[in-house]
Amino acid sequence: MASKNTIRSEGGKVRRVIVVGGGLAGLMTVIKLCEAKVPVDLISLVPVKRSHSVCAQGGINASVNTKGEGDSPQVHLEETAYGGDFLANQPPIKGMADAAPGIVYMLDRMGVPFNRTAEGLLDFRRFGGTLFHRTAFAGATTGQQLLYALDEQVRRFEIAEVQDEHGVGIPGEKMVRKFEFWDFLSAILDDNGVCVGAVAQDLKTMQIRSFAGDAVVLATGGCGIIYGRSTLSVICTGTAASAVYQQGAVYGNGECIQVHPTAIPGADKLRLISESARGEGGRVWVPLDAKDKRQPRDIPEKERDYFLERQYPGYGNLVPRDIASRALFKTCFHEHRGIFNADTNRNENEVYLDLTHKDEKFLREKLAGILEIYEKFVGVDPYHNPMKVFPAVHYSMGGLWVDFEADARGSLKAGSPRNHATSIQGLYAVGEVDYQYHGANRLGANSLLSCIYGGMVAGPAAASYQKSLARSAFDLPKSLFDKAEKKQQADYERILGQNQDKKNPENAYQLHGQLAEAMLRDCTIERDNATLDKVIDKISELDERVKNVKTTDASPRMNQGAQFVRHLENMLVLARVIAQGARNRDESRGAHYKPAFPKRNDADWQRSTLAKHEQKGAVKFIREFDYTCAGQPVHVTDAVDTSLVAPRERKYEQAGAASAAATGKLEPGKDGRRPAADTIREGRT
Amino acid sequence: MSDDDDDDDDDDDKARAHAGDSESGGDDRPEPPGTRKGRDGVGKRAAAPGAEAPADRPAAVASLARKKSAKEPAISAMEAPQPTVTRWVRLKVRRQDGADKPETKRWEEFKVPYLPQMNVHSALEQIRLDPQTVGGQTVAPPVWEAACLEEVCGSCTMIINGKVRQACSALINELSPNGEAITLEPMSKFPNVRDLVVDRSAMFEHLKKVRAWIDLDGTHELGPGPRESPEAQAERYPLSRCMTCGCCVEACPQFNDSSPFIGPAAINQVRLFNMHPSGALHKNARLETMMGAGGVADCGKAQNCVEVCPKEIPLVDSIAVVARDTTKRMLFGWLLK
Repeated sequence: MASKNTIRSEGGKVRRVIVVGGGLAGLMTVIKLCEAKVPVDLISLVPVKRSHSVCAQGGINASVNTKGEGDSPQVHLEETAYGGDFLANQPPIKGMADAAPGIVYMLDRMGVPFNRTAEGLLDFRRFGGTLFHRTAFAGATTGQQLLYALDEQVRRFEIAEVQDEHGVGIPGEKMVRKFEFWDFLSAILDDNGVCVGAVAQDLKTMQIRSFAGDAVVLATGGCGIIYGRSTLSVICTGTAASAVYQQGAVYGNGECIQVHPTAIPGADKLRLISESARGEGGRVWVPLDAKDKRQPRDIPEKERDYFLERQYPGYGNLVPRDIASRALFKTCFHEHRGIFNADTNRNENEVYLDLTHKDEKFLREKLAGILEIYEKFVGVDPYHNPMKVFPAVHYSMGGLWVDFEADARGSLKAGSPRNHATSIQGLYAVGEVDYQYHGANRLGANSLLSCIYGGMVAGPAAASYQKSLARSAFDLPKSLFDKAEKKQQADYERILGQNQDKKNPENAYQLHGQLAEAMLRDCTIERDNATLDKVIDKISELDERVKNVKTTDASPRMNQGAQFVRHLENMLVLARVIAQGARNRDESRGAHYKPAFPKRNDADWQRSTLAKHEQKGAVKFIREFDYTCAGQPVHVTDAVDTSLVAPRERKYEQAGAASAAATGKLEPGKDGRRPAADTIREGRT
Repeated sequence: MSDDDDDDDDDDDKARAHAGDSESGGDDRPEPPGTRKGRDGVGKRAAAPGAEAPADRPAAVASLARKKSAKEPAISAMEAPQPTVTRWVRLKVRRQDGADKPETKRWEEFKVPYLPQMNVHSALEQIRLDPQTVGGQTVAPPVWEAACLEEVCGSCTMIINGKVRQACSALINELSPNGEAITLEPMSKFPNVRDLVVDRSAMFEHLKKVRAWIDLDGTHELGPGPRESPEAQAERYPLSRCMTCGCCVEACPQFNDSSPFIGPAAINQVRLFNMHPSGALHKNARLETMMGAGGVADCGKAQNCVEVCPKEIPLVDSIAVVARDTTKRMLFGWLLK
């Protein structure tokens, strides 16, 4: 039976839910929890305003259809499912597509400076995988602007008092308590394996402490730093996801890693040049003559190969990212037609991304944010010179497996505690850290949407879960929390103390470089089983060598060296999940491409990869499992719910292939199966 | 790939070209578009000052790439850059173990191999691979904050060669064209945490004080927000790019321990939210936070803030607008009560 009071525990303590991560998904979850009158402890690796969401550039999708093109949430659903190569469960996509216009309007009300039309309405631009103008944007720093808007709203809850069941303020208790510069170490599980809190470390004082929480929501982002240089922020190591995976949470579709076609190579980071550059008319090309020595502006248009437009006349430069990245890779790497460099007498692995045919004023209004990055970091003016770009690791479609409960319309059931629940009861995951919305390939401008929509679903889900609890985590014996805290303290001391006297100890940063090199080279655009075996061997080798790491730092304050050792150990675990998942999936689907298995194989692989941790150095892949949510047993299989849009082969060379609605030749939905009202997902309860 | 049969000489050229590439940017920038001549530009590149790649560079030197086994794909973006050991980057780092330990203040000097397109952030990263001072002493590597590395999160702000800026966008070629030592110091206006890390939480507290938000009724669906002209958006958007990095307050003579001045960043937020139609409903509440000690009148008009703002936010304009509105409110506010 649920306890009577959800504000205070039997012992009189304020009952809180823990949200880990302060990017878009985490902050939206916090806001929804606060609106449901659930106080929150917000734990974040960095001040939330510096979270990786700031890096998102191009925009956020919503089928508002202000351009009169006939766009609709149904088309958005179809194109997202198709773009993801049918690996994502479709009810969550439907929920997201249906909610998108409302989400953009909400952000508009929060004061986000979205670009406007002459009539004062929101402007929308084109993005990959669609023929519609569906992407709302604030210059080319949309993620930053959305994050700031949510950050501002959360700040209001930081000064709002918690009210008891009579509406009386509880002195000294605020709705949101922020713990910034805190590193998540582990979930706290009770004797039944239910998550009742988290252990975290203050990165300034290095203090380790436990937090009780009636539920814990992980919104800790992606894991691209496993690949070293990528478009991700240096904080995106996936350490939190790896920690709970090692505690038993199931990880889904780890092998589905998005490589973005257009980034600027750099020594420390591969800086993204947003898809919006192509959405606003940017064209990708290489010289027709592979040995052409001229400057790009001196090469006439007829002597250029606009290879994306040529190969994919239907979607042109706006094919989805997996397809564009493969085309770039093929052009540069297999055909040796990358930009010729007269100094080196060779073809570099670079292509032109050209905006020089567009008016400078237009570019400054719409793309200044990214063009400024190019100018600052490359030192060349992109308004008058084509940019040189190459693909870079960008996003993890895979992540912690999370559940959902569909309603009669085939969308998500509002407030169900199953939505965004991981396989550990009481632990939720949302944002890039979950595996939910993007299947095998994410469409551009769907990530900001999935983060915010996910937060709008995960907040109420965690609130419902809290209501269902018979006993609050805040009434559990202190010894349970002390034990978890001590375990993490001991682990931290192990890292500080290990190999102090060892001759030739390993350096964690050097080992990370080796991991990144293997992953980047062999586990990205094209994958080969023999090479992947070598990657896995390399990970095994590093698993051994990491035991010989001596931390570079023994300081009791802001010890980044010891923290990195922990992150590296956790990265190695996730790297294995990614590489082994890629090794197993003998087909090509979305971003996962094996030349030896060039076709999608629905008969064998129309299913989620589900990974379960066995022990260090071993991943168990499972086809089904049982878990409990809010007291209800749930049986889960790896079948993908494709009840709304029937799987079919992707053909982006044809206009309207993703949804014929765009060509005006077919009504929305006709090419996909409409859901039966009582569709029950195969293999689920 | 044809690269596979490249001999060492080619690798050399490659190294030179990349060093030159990053130079060319700094070189080309001042030229107005259209004046750049195709092949001349290329020729000039190789001769660019600081390109640091002598023709007789040893064969072992490789740059971005090209040392690879025959069968493995090699791509600049997909392969770890190799240091060019013929060129060193020297960093002089101001270190301190914390605000409460002023006696630990010290300079330490490090030397790391140059990487193509290197910035201060990646130079600091190189130290961690083998943390030794130039004197050969093994030390803990300096600590600093970092996240996005593309100058949009504000984390890696520090004082570089005496100027407050982000370490990610501080390119080595521009700072040290001839191998001069680069000095790195923590910001001075905030409590030191350790080395280059300071505690900027005061800036976030200021955002609470000035009510830097829209008073939203809730996140439920209520339709779109107020309409806005493209011109109004174009005015508001640049103000909204403030990443709370702290450059403006670091450079501000009025922002210091002995003054309660709230600083340019927070004042700019007052202007930003007072410009928005919904935000303007609470305009006076924000202006009232600007009155009295620490408010907008404490600005000494040094105009340093606008000089150092990495996002080129018109902070001086914001201060002027807020000062004018605050004065109006002080003079005539009582009439409305």
